[in-house]
Amino acid sequence: MAPQTIPGEMFAITYGCLVVELIKDYENVEDVNAQLDKMGFNIGLRIADDFLSKNINVGKCTDMKQLSEVLAKTALKTYLGVTGQVTSWSAGGDECSIIIDSNPLTEFVEIPDKYNGLKYSQIICGAIRGALEAMHMDVIVVLVDDVPNPTEIRLKFNRIIRENVPAGEDE
Amino acid sequence: MSIQHVFIISKAGSLIYSWENKANESISVEKTYEWPLDVKLNYIDQKATVVFGENDKVKLRYTISAINKLNVINGKFIENDKEQDILEYLENESNYPLTLTFNSPQLTANEKIILSSMFHSLYTIAAQVSPTPKSYGIECLETTQFKLHCFQSLTGVKFIAVVSESFTQSIDGLLRKIYEIYADYALKDPFYAIDMPIRCEKFDDALNTTLEKYENTSAVTI
Repeated sequence: MAPQTIPGEMFAITYGCLVVELIKDYENVEDVNAQLDKMGFNIGLRIADDFLSKNINVGKCTDMKQLSEVLAKTALKTYLGVTGQVTSWSAGGDECSIIIDSNPLTEFVEIPDKYNGLKYSQIICGAIRGALEAMHMDVIVVLVDDVPNPTEIRLKFNRIIRENVPAGEDE
Repeated sequence: MSIQHVFIISKAGSLIYSWENKANESISVEKTYEWPLDVKLNYIDQKATVVFGENDKVKLRYTISAINKLNVINGKFIENDKEQDILEYLENESNYPLTLTFNSPQLTANEKIILSSMFHSLYTIAAQVSPTPKSYGIECLETTQFKLHCFQSLTGVKFIAVVSESFTQSIDGLLRKIYEIYADYALKDPFYAIDMPIRCEKFDDALNTTLEKYENTSAVTI
């Protein structure tokens, strides 16, 4: 099955409608942010296998540099059509940022003042967190900056989810 | 028919999908017997099972499914409105001659579930007892009659294909293809709950198409 593609604009509009519906449902940007993250998490749990089954050369990531490169260069390219830049490493090497200069989700978006605090691209953070959890890694993913600036996602490695690691994958 | 079985096992070790080659369907053998019986039968898992006295048609592990056309279930059948024990009945000379129907052994749904969780444990043990570091679990298990190939995804899902000894086609590609089908037709179905049994018709269709393709390619290769 060849990968299916849709126009980025259709994807952006659909996502925009989703966000607006959530705002109507919850009337509270904190709740909307939480729901976007939850939806993203559920997407991530499933998308991990899609990504791995079609990218055979992506093996197990054994450090944060490798992980962030796969996310920014391969995964984001596959699902959003853009690559990210990995920057702002912490001294310990367990924390970094991924900058998405031209996020297709936010291309046409201006957020009114009354929705200040809305994290428009939170679903990407949830998806990354869910996908990494499917691969038994607990990573804290925070949306640092968004509309109208380039999207910045902060990743901090927390721990290997030891109880979930499949046999043979734990060394 | 070289691909015998396909199993998918969840990360927790439970069977979430199984496929079986239709050619594996039960062989039925009917034969009329005079006293004394020339096959030895014992109850195994409540079934009257051949344990000795194999011949070219009735083989070891075959089980009795009918006597004189009457169905035998868990070693019992009804004759003249009375329940009879099949093995006791066969020990009585006055009941002969009689006709027995045997079935070749078949895995029940429960047995497949048990075997899958057994394999999950074996896989883990193999990784743990490895004499070298960084070893995965069982990737190929070989017997005189079949080979079992296993691919475990990074997320912990196991894809297993049981093929005939004579199957020469590359299995790696097949298991990867099944993984893609799983990602496309199971995980992308919004009503499929992860780690639950897969009951998606589109998944069945895609898998059957792929397996047929592999069978045909194998035939051409030979």
